Amino acid sequence: MNVHEYQAKALFEKFGVPVPKGAAAKTPDEFINALAGLPEGPTMVKSQIHAGGRGKGTFTDGFKGGVKFCRTKAEAREAAAKMLGNTLVTLQTGPAGRKVQTVYFTTANEIKKEFYLAILLDRAASRPVIVASTEGGVEIEKVARETPDKIFKVVVDPAYGLADFQVRDLVTRLGLNAAEAKSASRLIRALYAMYWETDASMVEVNPLVTTPAGEVLALDAKVSFDDNALYRHPEIVALRDLNEEDPKEIEASKHSLNYIALDGDIACLVNGAGLAMSTMDIIKHFGGSPANFLDVGGGASKEQVVAAFNIILGDPKVKGILVNIFGGIMDCDVIAKGIVEAVRLVGLRLPLVVRLEGNNVAAGKATLSASGLTIVSGDSMADAAQKIVKLVA
Amino acid sequence: MAILITPDTRILVQGITGDFGGRHAGLSLDYGTKVVAGVTPGKGGLTFEHGPHRVPIFNSVADAARATGATVSAIFVPPPFAADAILECAGAGLDLVVAITEGIPVRDMVRVKRAMAGGNTRLVGPNCPGIVTPGSGDRSHGGCRIGIAPGYIHRKGHVGVVSRSGTLTYEAVYQLTVRAIGQSTCVGIGGDPVNGTSHLDVIRMFNDDPETRGIVMIGEIGGSTEVDAARWIKAHCRKPVAGFIAGATAPPGRRMGHAGAIVGGAEDTAAAKISVFRECGIEVAETPSDMADALVRAAKARGVALN
Repeated sequence: MNVHEYQAKALFEKFGVPVPKGAAAKTPDEFINALAGLPEGPTMVKSQIHAGGRGKGTFTDGFKGGVKFCRTKAEAREAAAKMLGNTLVTLQTGPAGRKVQTVYFTTANEIKKEFYLAILLDRAASRPVIVASTEGGVEIEKVARETPDKIFKVVVDPAYGLADFQVRDLVTRLGLNAAEAKSASRLIRALYAMYWETDASMVEVNPLVTTPAGEVLALDAKVSFDDNALYRHPEIVALRDLNEEDPKEIEASKHSLNYIALDGDIACLVNGAGLAMSTMDIIKHFGGSPANFLDVGGGASKEQVVAAFNIILGDPKVKGILVNIFGGIMDCDVIAKGIVEAVRLVGLRLPLVVRLEGNNVAAGKATLSASGLTIVSGDSMADAAQKIVKLVA
Repeated sequence: MAILITPDTRILVQGITGDFGGRHAGLSLDYGTKVVAGVTPGKGGLTFEHGPHRVPIFNSVADAARATGATVSAIFVPPPFAADAILECAGAGLDLVVAITEGIPVRDMVRVKRAMAGGNTRLVGPNCPGIVTPGSGDRSHGGCRIGIAPGYIHRKGHVGVVSRSGTLTYEAVYQLTVRAIGQSTCVGIGGDPVNGTSHLDVIRMFNDDPETRGIVMIGEIGGSTEVDAARWIKAHCRKPVAGFIAGATAPPGRRMGHAGAIVGGAEDTAAAKISVFRECGIEVAETPSDMADALVRAAKARGVALN
């Protein structure tokens, strides 16, 4: 689960990670109050959407920049008025962009130097890793590619936690002076505590800055959380912003379905993430284009299959459907009944190819053929994929 | 001989009194697997009944192991209790824990893996379909089935299968079986970022297992365990290996964060993994329908009889 920058920074403050003074506003009326808490002078206005590249983004009405530096608070109010309710397109939002429903005002601090700091899981080590770089405020992938020696990593032993020597090592390699190093050490410890205690998947600060006044601040904050751990963090769940999520994905998650929309025209309904991914792959292999990833999971019920069909058919690009089920846990006949019921309920007019294999498959196939519906049967994944590609072409 | 489990292995099931665990304990009993105990704290003394089978339930793993001689546990308990259930097995000194549970928080698994490091208990999973060593009966009856795989699609034989995905494993096994190519053992290592046993761990076991003559390795985008295994195979493996990587068409934007790409390295896309497979002499399945045929090609090239 992702959260907005202003929410992430509130969590930072709670854990003692210093951030620039700021306040969020969701309506123009709230601008005055939000700005009242900030000192007069240079102010940043930041569009709050769950996507990167905001500063270089453009709004659909032509207004440029989802993050603006303003010399005065009055200027900040004007910029915020242009952003709020407007749709911001960045490299990460896709052409449709995202509607800005919250703006965040912060003081614009003078910057001495920019750094990069992130904490996430090192999969190979199965331990948390802190990644830091002297090159902040730029794309970290670019740094990794061009000057990998400027990226430092510290892997944390979960039995002991972040050790003092590791923090010293990081601040030394970042080249900080003694006073900065002291502040940065406190910040890194606080950030690690937040990562660990909130079950974050990733905490990224880009840039982390030092200021001429000697402060060390998290100027930006990008945080995501482990969905599997949300049950023990109601305070994090409360931060979820449904406006930032695809309505079809929200609907899918209500039925415990894992759905991701794609650009193609062949919808897939599959059990298991690996099989779902490879069903998309095989459609592509035979010249088609998948419209979605949809994993109905291990124990799909008839209701889930009906819900899955409704979600798939809610996508106007879809010209055909491929159902690929290998019943391990799940009974193929349950799936077959779900398909028949779904087709009857939604009055399907698109070509449908079904490939069933596994647990109780004979009954499942019998249910499909007894239904009298036009369902094309596929014998193998390759056969089913070729059939749907041909039917859609 | 197979790896990890044989038809004689005695299994206990944690979560046998739940719907999910009970259902699959029953299916394992039907398959002929020696499910000798159930464990549910607070329900010790009760009995799990399935057809003619009567399986005693214990309050703790240690009690169950002591009373029944079980050496392996299958875990079906809900995610909030799964980490504790795994550690209980390590505490009781079991040989193997197979965690089927899906949705365990990453932080729990980071701690569990650290706690188990250096110990004698092996963990397979979590979020995995389990392990099957097929038996010699009709439709592989009499084998050892731990987890949720459909037992009947297997066939006793000489191919080892290792995979991160459940249903994709069944797909591969089914393709082998319809070609009358049997399996020694099929291992689902699970799809979570932190798991107990890697591709490489299983490949090493298959390489050392005299019964196993060929290997199917199924992977996915993300992480580097397939690549690590491939490099080891190139240097050490004496058996033909076929490989498949799922996720060539997965949208890159859906991967988490930017820093993940640094830590994971440049080798976690499908294209990169497939190219390492080729470099390491692994026969690549072009589509998921080609997995068994790819192994047949690899075996033929090396003059190995899979049957």
